[in-house]
Amino acid sequence: MEISNQDFKHCTLLAVKGRVDSSTAPQFSQALADVAEKGMYKIVVDMTELEYMSSAGFRALLATQRDCKKYNRGELILSVVPERIREALELAGFTELFKLFDDNTAAVGHF
Amino acid sequence: MPKETFQAKFEYLDEIREFVGAIATQGGFSDKEIYNIQLAADEAASNIIEHAYEGIKDALMEITCNMEGSTITISMFDKGKSFDPSNVKQPDVEADLSERQIGGLGVFLMRKIMDDVHYESNSKGNLLVMKKRRG
Repeated sequence: MEISNQDFKHCTLLAVKGRVDSSTAPQFSQALADVAEKGMYKIVVDMTELEYMSSAGFRALLATQRDCKKYNRGELILSVVPERIREALELAGFTELFKLFDDNTAAVGHF
Repeated sequence: MPKETFQAKFEYLDEIREFVGAIATQGGFSDKEIYNIQLAADEAASNIIEHAYEGIKDALMEITCNMEGSTITISMFDKGKSFDPSNVKQPDVEADLSERQIGGLGVFLMRKIMDDVHYESNSKGNLLVMKKRRG
C-alpha cells in the first residue's frame, strides 16, 4: 500500500494505492488521522489505483468520517472507486455513509 | 487436497488471499466471485489472528481449500481461543453514521459472500468451514 497527499484550497486529496487489509490498515488510518490533525476535515480519498480493501480499511474510513463530520462542513468523500471495492462497500452498507464521485475534479470541486 | 500452513500474522494475508484466489480461478469462478472469496478468506483469517490468537506470538493456522464440482470449500483450523462467528452480533448496516458499529463487519461480509459458514470447536482446536457455489 502507498499513500500520497495533495492539498487543495478547500480540501486534501489522499490517494491510496495497492491493498488495504488488516496488515496495512493501521498505516492508512494514521495517514487519515494526520490529515485531520492538520485541521483539514474535508478529505477526498482517491481510490483510482486501489486494488483491494477489506473491512479493516472500511473501519478506518468510518472512524475518519465520524471525526470529520464533527466539524462544520467536514466530510470524507470517495473518488474513482473501483467496481469490486464499490460492491464490497455496498454489501457493508457503506455507500450510504460516503458520497462517491466518478473523478477527482468533481470530488475536489464538491468542497 | 491443497493445504497450507500460515503464520498467524497479518503480513501473511496477501499469501492467504493468493492461495484461495488460485483455487477459485482454477475452479472457474468469475473475477467478481474470486475477489469476494478472497475477501471472505481475508476476513476469516483476520478474525483468527486478531481474536483466536489474541496476544499469542508464533501461532500457526492451517488452511485447506478445494473445489468439489462447482463448490469451493475453504477450511481454516487454529488452536487459539474459540471464536464462533455466529456469536458475533450482526452489525446494523442501515444505521446512520453515529450509530454505526465498527466491529462485526468482517463476519457480516463472510456470511453475505459465502453460501455457508460453519464453525466448530473442540479440545484440538477450532475449525471454520466456508462454502460457495459458482455462478
